[in-house]
Amino acid sequence: MSDMRYVVPRTLDEAVGAFAEAKGAARILAGGTDLLVQMRAGAVRPGLVIDIKKIAELTGIEETADGGFRIGGAVAGARLAEHPRFGKVWPGLLEAINLIGSTQVQGRASAGGNLCNGSPAADSVPAMVAAGAVATLQGPKGRREMPVEDVPAGPGRTNLQPGEILVGFILPPRPLGSGDAYLRMIPRTEMDIAVVGCGVNLTLKDGVCTAARVGLGAVAPTVLRVDAAAKALIGSRLDAAALDAAAAACRAACHPIDDKRGTIAYRTEVAGVLLKRAAGIAADRAKGA
Amino acid sequence: MNEMTNKWIGRRTIRPDGAEKVTGRAAFAADTTMPGMIWGKLLRSPHPHAHIRAINTAKAEALTGVKAVVTARDIVDFPVDKSVMLGIQDMRWMCRNVMAREKALFHGHPIAAVAATTAEIAAEACKLIEVDYEVLPWAIEIDDALKPDAPILHDFIRFEGKPSNIAGKLEHKLGDIAEGFAKADVIVERTFTTRPVHQGYIEPQACLVSVTADGKATIWSSSQGHFMVRAMTSMLTGLPQSSIRAIPAEIGGGFGGKTIIYLEPVATMLAKKSGRPVKMVMTREEVMRATGPTSASKSTVKIGATKDGRIVAAQGAFYLQAGALPGSPIRGSAGCAFAPYNIPNVLSQGFDVVCNRSKVTAYRAPGAPIGAYPVECVLDEIAEKLGIDPLDLRLKNIAKEGTKAAHGPVYPRIGFAETVAAARAHPHYQAPLGPHQGRGVASGFWFNAGGESSAQVNITEDGNVVVTTGHPDIGGSRASIANITAELLGIDYRRVSVLIGDTASIGFSNLTGGSRALFASSMVVTQSIEKVIATLRERAAQIWQIDPEAVTWAEGAAHPAGKNAGNFPPLTLAEIAAKASATGGPIGAGVQLNTTGAEGGFATHICDVEVDLELGIVRVVRFTAFQDAGRAIHPSYVEGQMQGGVAQGIGWALNEEYIYNAKGQVDNPSFLDYRMPVCSDLPMIDTVIVEVPNPKHPQGVRGVGEASIVPPLAAISNAVHNALGKRFYALPISPPKVLAALKTTA
Repeated sequence: MSDMRYVVPRTLDEAVGAFAEAKGAARILAGGTDLLVQMRAGAVRPGLVIDIKKIAELTGIEETADGGFRIGGAVAGARLAEHPRFGKVWPGLLEAINLIGSTQVQGRASAGGNLCNGSPAADSVPAMVAAGAVATLQGPKGRREMPVEDVPAGPGRTNLQPGEILVGFILPPRPLGSGDAYLRMIPRTEMDIAVVGCGVNLTLKDGVCTAARVGLGAVAPTVLRVDAAAKALIGSRLDAAALDAAAAACRAACHPIDDKRGTIAYRTEVAGVLLKRAAGIAADRAKGA
Repeated sequence: MNEMTNKWIGRRTIRPDGAEKVTGRAAFAADTTMPGMIWGKLLRSPHPHAHIRAINTAKAEALTGVKAVVTARDIVDFPVDKSVMLGIQDMRWMCRNVMAREKALFHGHPIAAVAATTAEIAAEACKLIEVDYEVLPWAIEIDDALKPDAPILHDFIRFEGKPSNIAGKLEHKLGDIAEGFAKADVIVERTFTTRPVHQGYIEPQACLVSVTADGKATIWSSSQGHFMVRAMTSMLTGLPQSSIRAIPAEIGGGFGGKTIIYLEPVATMLAKKSGRPVKMVMTREEVMRATGPTSASKSTVKIGATKDGRIVAAQGAFYLQAGALPGSPIRGSAGCAFAPYNIPNVLSQGFDVVCNRSKVTAYRAPGAPIGAYPVECVLDEIAEKLGIDPLDLRLKNIAKEGTKAAHGPVYPRIGFAETVAAARAHPHYQAPLGPHQGRGVASGFWFNAGGESSAQVNITEDGNVVVTTGHPDIGGSRASIANITAELLGIDYRRVSVLIGDTASIGFSNLTGGSRALFASSMVVTQSIEKVIATLRERAAQIWQIDPEAVTWAEGAAHPAGKNAGNFPPLTLAEIAAKASATGGPIGAGVQLNTTGAEGGFATHICDVEVDLELGIVRVVRFTAFQDAGRAIHPSYVEGQMQGGVAQGIGWALNEEYIYNAKGQVDNPSFLDYRMPVCSDLPMIDTVIVEVPNPKHPQGVRGVGEASIVPPLAAISNAVHNALGKRFYALPISPPKVLAALKTTA
């Protein structure tokens, strides 16, 4: 019964100004595929909704001169899928983003919203972590950058400061022979939330893994960057022993909960399985590249 | 009527309601609005079990915008000591289900309702209602409800002389099982459990009710029977049935779940008190918390057979969760479990167990899948032990014409053996399996039903046809009736318009449930058309001035016959209709019957699964369903029923379950976490329609809507065993369970 205001700023400064001024009573609307559902369920009742989809910087996809990418925080999954280059360079990350919701939801849902929603099971986040993506934030005190893995603070919480808005993601340039992959376990085949999600990004040179990053979702209060798993892969030819060690590292990193979506034992076991499978796909892509 | 020369029966004609549905224009219950309409909301119990000491609605009533508040005091009370049945529902339990009376019996149980000018105000007002609860310990699972020190839900329920949560027992007996088991060479006895599963209709319950100042109520709602809506609302509000007009909306799925009502009597009382039309629409969460799923179950089945595969004795004890109030489908479990087989000695018992969760409602072949699942799994073990092919084991013991079933009947001509033989001969049964794949089979039975049905067939002035029946169309019954009408009158089906009449415009017709709608309505439609044809022949005879007996009806026209043959050109339906007023008046006929002769339906399924050994995920990769339809009036909708039952069975077997938290609340009240299969989870489900006409029906129809959900639970379990060499005795066979079982092996 309380009133709600809705604003559509055209500039980032306007958006940040309105957001800071509302002092916590406002929510940012990108695709709205989480926010509107939460509002309908009565879980949140914002006094102000700030729609950021009309801000140019938040809706662009740019391939930078060095071969990296800048993606606006409000870019919808379907737009990324239509981009001629993005999916070729980051097939695993694109798959992860495109797993958010249904085809209809993809028309709206953004990776930025997926990160800011703070779910430990967010599909795009482990792939972003594996990719080494950096989030650009803008707030009343100006602009700063933060590695994606540092953004989540816990279920439904982020480390963004009051008034800060996620502007977008910076993806680093790809060395030759790189590949990435994201896999999730869901009991169904679609329209579900990850019981475990695993993103792997690696680079191969002459069959030897020279760089790797691993992101793991839904097995802890926040998405994890599993350096021990990456370490187990780097320097190896991704042989069974290396994959076993990396899988064991993933399992060791898990500290999940028992809930309606999965058990501790199951999630822990599956984290290792997905690491091996995702590493295999990423390696195939690296070889093909 | 079943000869293959039929022109329209058996054709895949376009369904009359198709265009409206695919263009999104069909009006469902929540689409109705009225000037001056206000919104009703329910206050629901926050506790799974509590005495209601007092309810104070003063603050809610004082809130600006609130127009009426209703509690159990406004609903007619049916005292607990005297049963008042309406169909299979006992009004003692219905009145306590729509509004908690002495006790709140589950989390989400309605306590009071508010109507206000907006839904938000109504929701706000609900929060202002003060309820004094005495919270009680609760029991949700069967084992908890049966413990010696279990909290007793209803102190008036006694079992074997003691207060109990066992509200009822049913027993079917044939021969002497002790004697039978003594003759057995192999006996297998196992205990199985299943979880409650929801019908999962896409359309949540919704209604709009208007009550005029002189007490005439009009109800717009979607249900599986608007006559049931009228009768139950009448009983729960005290309005006579003649003062209630129930208008059926298009229905967005029911599967048995809409054979009872939740909102209509509440909205009627809110409308009566406020003098305004009241609309109520459930959220998905309310649907999942407070409408009926089907029972969870715990069943022990013991079957004995001789070395050559003759089943000599069978025993089953089926404990079913009723939810908060008595009435689980034990008849379906205990009755259907052994019905497919000719077994000389049977003892089949059902136990109705109340517990602190929402009252169960019918779900597609209520109770039958719960009964068939353990039986068909035990048969698989017996076949394995005896080294007999599982379909051959079924054929050896098959029920056929003349077999006496434990639940009572001696079967007339049935088509069960034909379904097993069709499965045995199908290429699927011999197809090679890939790695980690397995194949399972199972059969199933459903009673089917007849009952009350009314129809009116009118010839329009321009010579077309309007058929009105009284059963809501859930699975394509209008399309099927159009085929039959076109066939009998000898006209194109596009000249036939089939409508579902409301309770004021057509006679009493029972629920669309029990797979009765087409069986029953085609009987009364056929008889109505026979009367219409008699009239058409009379009118032609009058025009020709010959004896009506000398007129035949064929190809949509009257023809002179006998000695008059060829003397006059035929008179078409349109020509006779044009002269109707001059020859005696409008042409039409109606018939009302309590139909009988709905003989049982049988199905046999073959299922292939593939198991991901590392993740424990079971996927159904191939499925073929064989079912006796009697006669497939419209094959597309027979296939649709077969596929739909299988799809729901797959969900039941592999993923669906209610999860409760420590507070006794459903923890997954959404389609996100209540994991019904989505399209991509299913293979294309192949169907083979077997047609052994029902001799007691003019077109040979047997119900087809329900038998299809009976075999899948066991077919899938048996396939998983075939893939892994491990048997699972508890559904769902979900990934964590499979992985845990595989780890134990390793």
